[in-house]
Amino acid sequence: MAVAQPALDLPMRRTRIGGWDPTWLLWIAIIAVLLFLVVSPFVYLVLTSFQAERTGAFTLQNYATAYGRARYIDALFNSLQLGAGAALLAGVLAVPLAWGCSRTNMPGRGFVRMLVLATFITPPYTGAVAWILLAGPNAGWLNRIYVMLTGAEAGPFNIYSFPGLVVVIALYSFPYIFIFTSAALELVSSEMEDAANILGAGTWRTMRKVTLPLAIPAILGGLIICFLEAIALFASPAMIAIPARFNVVTTQLFQFFGNPVRVEVAAAYAMPLLGVTVLLALVQRLMTHRKSFATLTGKGGERRPIDLGSGRWLMFAYAMFVASLSVFLPYIFLVQAAFAKAWGRGFAWDNLSFRNFHFVLFEHATAAQSVWNAFLYAGVAATAGVILTLGVAYIVARKLVPFGGLLAFLCVAPFVIPGVVLAIGFYAAYAPPPLALYGTAMILILAFTTRFLPIGYVNASAAIRSINPEMEEAVRVLGGSRLTALRRVVAPLLKRNLLGAWLLIFIPATRELSSAIFLYGPNTKVVSVMIFDMSEEGNFEYLAALALILQILTLPLLYIGQRALGRDFMLRRTTT
Amino acid sequence: MSKLVLKNIGKSYGSFDAVKDFSLELASGEFVSLLGPSGCGKTTTLRMIAGFMPPTSGTIEVDGKVISSPAGVVPPEKRGMSMIFQSYAIWPNMTVGQNVGFGLEVRKLPRAEIERRVDRILEVVQMAPLKGRYPAELSGGQQQRVALARAIVVEPEVLLLDEPLSNLDANLREEMRFEIRRLHDEFKITTVYVTHDQSEAMVTSDRIVVMNKGRIEQIDPPHILYGRPKSRFVAGFIGRTNFVDRDGATYSIRPQSIGLSPARPLANAVEADIVGRSYLGEYWDYLAKPLGDTKPLRVSTGPNVLFDVGQRVWLEIDPTAMVRVE
Repeated sequence: MAVAQPALDLPMRRTRIGGWDPTWLLWIAIIAVLLFLVVSPFVYLVLTSFQAERTGAFTLQNYATAYGRARYIDALFNSLQLGAGAALLAGVLAVPLAWGCSRTNMPGRGFVRMLVLATFITPPYTGAVAWILLAGPNAGWLNRIYVMLTGAEAGPFNIYSFPGLVVVIALYSFPYIFIFTSAALELVSSEMEDAANILGAGTWRTMRKVTLPLAIPAILGGLIICFLEAIALFASPAMIAIPARFNVVTTQLFQFFGNPVRVEVAAAYAMPLLGVTVLLALVQRLMTHRKSFATLTGKGGERRPIDLGSGRWLMFAYAMFVASLSVFLPYIFLVQAAFAKAWGRGFAWDNLSFRNFHFVLFEHATAAQSVWNAFLYAGVAATAGVILTLGVAYIVARKLVPFGGLLAFLCVAPFVIPGVVLAIGFYAAYAPPPLALYGTAMILILAFTTRFLPIGYVNASAAIRSINPEMEEAVRVLGGSRLTALRRVVAPLLKRNLLGAWLLIFIPATRELSSAIFLYGPNTKVVSVMIFDMSEEGNFEYLAALALILQILTLPLLYIGQRALGRDFMLRRTTT
Repeated sequence: MSKLVLKNIGKSYGSFDAVKDFSLELASGEFVSLLGPSGCGKTTTLRMIAGFMPPTSGTIEVDGKVISSPAGVVPPEKRGMSMIFQSYAIWPNMTVGQNVGFGLEVRKLPRAEIERRVDRILEVVQMAPLKGRYPAELSGGQQQRVALARAIVVEPEVLLLDEPLSNLDANLREEMRFEIRRLHDEFKITTVYVTHDQSEAMVTSDRIVVMNKGRIEQIDPPHILYGRPKSRFVAGFIGRTNFVDRDGATYSIRPQSIGLSPARPLANAVEADIVGRSYLGEYWDYLAKPLGDTKPLRVSTGPNVLFDVGQRVWLEIDPTAMVRVE
């Protein structure tokens, strides 16, 4: 039973040193795509900031204009204060919850995690609108309830204020700190805490002296991410700060971008935002990737939940308090508005109506189309992102080309570019001829792909690294080519992971506003932009209906993702 | 003619030589082990034979045809070899039958023929009833058998094994050593076996290549390697030994080549004190310090030979069992 052996006198492949290898072609193709997606918008952003409008001559005038007025400078400082305030408040909300969920016997830990997830998938603009319903001056529900209970003339809450904006942003960005902190706490072994207990320290003292200090780098990392989210956010400031008559960087950029579009000035004005983000993102990486602390204790031993005694109900109460602010109250009143003829008339049978849903789905000229657009663009972007990052991750992990690290860097680099800034870069690079992509579906898809490349890369690279290279070597030694190995072994093994990565890009891309608002055209409006427009028009009933439709469409995706990757997939895999 | 020839193979990373000047010829059907501590270059050598990395110097030939040289390499999939990996690398997305049939499928054999050969080889490795199972449902030993079947069924030019037993528990490891040798005797495939476990190498191999720091220390059949080690490293690495300095040279003498008795033997006797002992079930391990010497010698005796610590004894050292080492 002799098996036909492949001939051994086939032409030998030249070794890589100094020779040509077909994988180089692929490498060059990927480099070209990444240059187009990542490098070119960035370069154009910088170039444009030094170019005179129309002539393109070198000038510093854009910078003079951008920083020429006191209120422009004020907006910069407002952003810094906003970031710091929101991050600190988010820390206060998130750290106890993370500790309670990952290290204690607080009741309902799974439920609390679910509520954090619900917070996490609430787009910032939806949260902001809900809080306008809750804490708008006079008409806001909290104020009305306060007046009803106390008989006072007016309620104390006013969302249209700096503190109001801080609260709204903190409420919808604290999941980032939660994710970082619980990941770190889950690495602190019970044995470390036992060691403190045995030396006489009680539960609280152990937490203060041992557990929390070990998690500090992760908490700080989470705070920085929160800060960066807050200063890069466009939706909530636009909905709250503009009526409150103050500006932050992103709203100011939007105004530079308004009629007439002054992209050169916007580019110049975007520089501090970009600079701060790059700097802090580096600090954050250094902190959470420093291996000296906490995280690496080898076999850390088992992790037992700490018994809080009756204090566990206190923890639970705090978690429910946070969840009421971020989930329960906002959604109760969003649902009320969505089903109301007029939201201000409150809960009454004769105020109940399905008209809002009918209107946005079937009557409104572009609302239904905007949902379809968002899902279509997000789908294409997620597919492109997964394919691209999977290719790069494979090439890097298997060391198929020299300088693979450069490819990896380009994939994660967009992490430090705020969506607003990315959009200005795309506008500068691809709005003018010859490409003239402004207002096309293509520019939105490209921007979404770039914006979520880091999420794709982190997941693709983790997936590839989970496959032992010997799996592929076994294919090759038995006579299969590298392509056979990819097709028969790698792809089937990665199916679930890739579906998960796809959803992790797709879900945020369907609700992306900060880059879309600068790039959409009359026929390419996406649902986030639609919601933003409705808020400017004050159509809160339609808006609530549309926002709920978006959330409901997301639920089956979440379910699929959890089936593919496990219960916590959103909370574990979206941050680098 | 030699089946597999490695001529002056070297692999260096910058100024570090992972493998240096490695030459070896395997006769057709021969079973050779590469034995050495971790980092000695044995796996690197194996991967160069498989074609996963090009050598930086030297050539590799199969049946007289060059398949690796610094100028170029035949890729692994064109070499007609098989390999068994440390992790087994059983594909979890395929059943046992699909795993084993894969190589035949790639070679485009007819479906019925593939089935026939897969069934036969699964019979040989006693895995026939598990053909339809997925790897996750198999024990470590069963996965190992699948890996063996998958590698053998294609009747490779050369079979390569990279520490295939290191993930098994002790009993299974011992059983699989004999299994591997049995399969070799049945199929007569030219085999290169990488291991750091000397007894594995001794049970399975016709010849053993002892490697240290990227170089070959000695190539010999197991009994010669053990009985006539050429270097101090080999003597120390293969089994336990005593090193004795005499007349400016170093000699190795195995613990069981030293006799231990309460009365003076007829010749070659040295008086000594027992300074330590440990009982290992199959034998006693005594430490005996010759009078006037500082270094105790290790002596093995049968399990029923009893001496106490502090007891004065006679050692009988057979001069023919003393091997001069470098």
